[in-house]
Amino acid sequence: MAGHAVEHDYHLIPPSPWPFLSGVACLIWGLGMVVFFAGLVDRDPANPNAMMEFFLASGLDTVKGVEGASGGWFILLIGCLFASYVMFGWWRDVARESAAGDHTPVVDIGLRYGMIMFIMQEAMFFVGWFWMFFELGLFHEVRAGWNPDILENAAAYAGSMAPGVTSVDPWHLPLINTLILLLSGTTVTWAHHALIHNDRKGAKWGLFLTVALGVLFTLVQAYEYTELFHMREGGDHPWIGNDAYGSAFFMATGFHGLHVLIGTIFLLVCWARLMKGGLRSDKHFGLEAAAWYWHFVDVVWLFLFAFVYVIFATGGGVH
Amino acid sequence: MVSIYGDDAHDHDDGKPGFWARWFYSTNHKDIGTLYLIFGIISGLIGGYLSFMMRMELGEPGIQVFDSYHTYNVFVSMHGLIMIFFMVMPALIGGFGNWFVPIMIGAPDMAFPRMNNLSFWLLPVALICLMISFFVPGSAAGNGFGGGWVMYPPLSTSGSPGPAFDFIIIGLLAAGFSSIFGAINFITTILNMRAPGMTMHKMPLFAWGVLVTAFLLLLALPVLAAALFMLFTDRIDGGTGFFNPAMGGDPEMFQHLFWFFGHPEVYIMILPAFGIVSHVISTFSKKPIFGYLGMAYAMVAIGVVGFVVWAHHMYTVGMDVNLKAYFLAATLVIAVPTGVKIFSWLATMWGGSITMTLPMLWANAFIFLFVVGGVTGVVLANAGVDAALHDTYYVVAHFHYVLSMGAVFGIFTGFYYWFGKMFGVMYNKFWGAVHFWLFFVGVNMVFFPQHFLGMQGMPRRYVDYPVEFSLYNQISTYGAYVTLAGVAAFFVMLIWSLIIKRVPADDNYWGEGATTLEWTLPSPPPYHQFNTLPRISDDDGH
Repeated sequence: MAGHAVEHDYHLIPPSPWPFLSGVACLIWGLGMVVFFAGLVDRDPANPNAMMEFFLASGLDTVKGVEGASGGWFILLIGCLFASYVMFGWWRDVARESAAGDHTPVVDIGLRYGMIMFIMQEAMFFVGWFWMFFELGLFHEVRAGWNPDILENAAAYAGSMAPGVTSVDPWHLPLINTLILLLSGTTVTWAHHALIHNDRKGAKWGLFLTVALGVLFTLVQAYEYTELFHMREGGDHPWIGNDAYGSAFFMATGFHGLHVLIGTIFLLVCWARLMKGGLRSDKHFGLEAAAWYWHFVDVVWLFLFAFVYVIFATGGGVH
Repeated sequence: MVSIYGDDAHDHDDGKPGFWARWFYSTNHKDIGTLYLIFGIISGLIGGYLSFMMRMELGEPGIQVFDSYHTYNVFVSMHGLIMIFFMVMPALIGGFGNWFVPIMIGAPDMAFPRMNNLSFWLLPVALICLMISFFVPGSAAGNGFGGGWVMYPPLSTSGSPGPAFDFIIIGLLAAGFSSIFGAINFITTILNMRAPGMTMHKMPLFAWGVLVTAFLLLLALPVLAAALFMLFTDRIDGGTGFFNPAMGGDPEMFQHLFWFFGHPEVYIMILPAFGIVSHVISTFSKKPIFGYLGMAYAMVAIGVVGFVVWAHHMYTVGMDVNLKAYFLAATLVIAVPTGVKIFSWLATMWGGSITMTLPMLWANAFIFLFVVGGVTGVVLANAGVDAALHDTYYVVAHFHYVLSMGAVFGIFTGFYYWFGKMFGVMYNKFWGAVHFWLFFVGVNMVFFPQHFLGMQGMPRRYVDYPVEFSLYNQISTYGAYVTLAGVAAFFVMLIWSLIIKRVPADDNYWGEGATTLEWTLPSPPPYHQFNTLPRISDDDGH
């Protein structure tokens, strides 16, 4: 078979360092996650370099298994930076291969399958969070009645999402965010169609606006979070971070926010490629994938808005 | 150019890169498959060591091996996690799936070769995280996490405050993403890269098995990821309270989320083995598989129904009786497509011209052991019966009959079936047979008495037991010695066949019964096969 000419359109890839380096980055990131959130040693304000000393000088005998011990952030940061570098290098290779014509029609279909599958698994990830939310929201009291083991806590158990708990007012910042995301859905479609018609200027503006709206969404969300945390510190709204509703609210909207961030970066990369003259009018799957992903993020938000904010809104809301 | 190394490298230049690039930066499905198999063997040794120590401890009443009860619990938990995520799945899906799915469907490689390598390299990362967890504080009782592989809160939240369990979460997330990327890769490969004429209804059953498995992975694992994140934030001081009743949360919900993943997971581990066994039975009966389409769609049915039966793992949590009735009925439904598969294997052998080669022995043992495990599964599916048997050794016997004998015998079936194809040399028949018989006798000795222990009420996951249970426990532990000897025979077989006496394998060393595309290629196949795609003609029936 040696030297036999390749007569198919599939894309055989030469060895690549990126997957192996991704593994290394994942290991550093994972270590950083544990150190940052759980901590191997206490974070000591008097000795801010304790974590560095720990990893450079001391052995595992200084490890403490104490609740609430939290460590430094820099391993997590290094992991994230390394992962970003690997992703940059990996996808730069993909873009170059696309420009070199490696993405034949059949490979292009494969990429589409891949992206659809990826979005499917993302959807199932959010199914997990919504399942938790609905279970807590809808079946609480019934379950508390069923299960004698939790009767001692039945009041707290059944009450955490009951009337009396004040949730965020959906017709305030959340409504604005809904409009922002819906609008960004139209601008990304504008960019896509402009590119198809080879109107590169329109495509650039459309994408730029989409990215800007994505950033705006994140800013508004961040503002809402800060407000909520301030109120919690003031003791006004005890549900935040203190009960199941707060847990579901923050983790579901938080993971959605993370996905908005990822989608924004995805679109930003497409915009940069467009500005550098990449993405052809007849071949721009990178942009299409980014748009699919963006619409997916949009749909998740609509579910969050409808259920977490509107339908389960109680007690007049926080302004 | 004259070279002191000879021009050997030029003669056989089929595009193989150098050592580091070939094995660390690989984008070749066969090399990655080999990496997965090696990884599976290493993890199998670690997991096997853990289980052997458990059997040593349980050889007689009292405390023999472990200085702390907690360490025993850690061994139990880690044995489960390592065997499932790092031995069975990498070997069956990553190893044989990577090696043979592209070849069987007539594709030159996987759809996303780089992502394929990412799937592999996330696994050593995950295993390192699990290994670290052994040596960092778990709870006040000692190092490591001892809350069982199911990780139920509050044992996994307030019960294990140390970083040991955080490392397990990170490790399982990495392993989960590895499997999700692998699933995306397999689905895209199978749907998009079949050779001309290779329709879905002509596709070999192993490819069908991996396709269904990949969908299960794709849809089940993200839910586990969400549940693991919930555990992770629940564990942080001042964090969330999803599973904490004092904050209005619900520990039972973790069980729902976990088993929504966990039940498809058991089919993830067995469906590829179904595919392998189908090929082996058909090859050595010199007959096409009986009821090919029924076999394919039986796997699809098992996959679909497998998603709606999860709560039969939780009959004793205080579930509503109507829910129990539903989950009971739905669970029994799975026996129907599984029965279709068992009877189709028997019907394939019926009237066939059977050669009892080593892979055929493993496949037949697979059918026998899987039926035993399946039958006890039907017993356990009954909510009323399960109330008595829940968390006893009966359950341990049941799932080891379908896993450590079902899935693992499936792995060895494939290993011996494709040994010559993968490594270019034939396995040593004598040591292979020693391996088989020691293993077959050993695992039956280990697990069959555990049915009786369970019926007598011995609970699982305990380091000690009353003296009344000692007879069956002793037999079980002797079985562990026999199995260990079987493992040793396996390595002797490997060394013998790969190093001491290399017997080259023909292209199709099984003869006319072996009809899938891998038998049209040399053994081992060229570095890149099918530079010209094969064409499957219309009359190539099954």
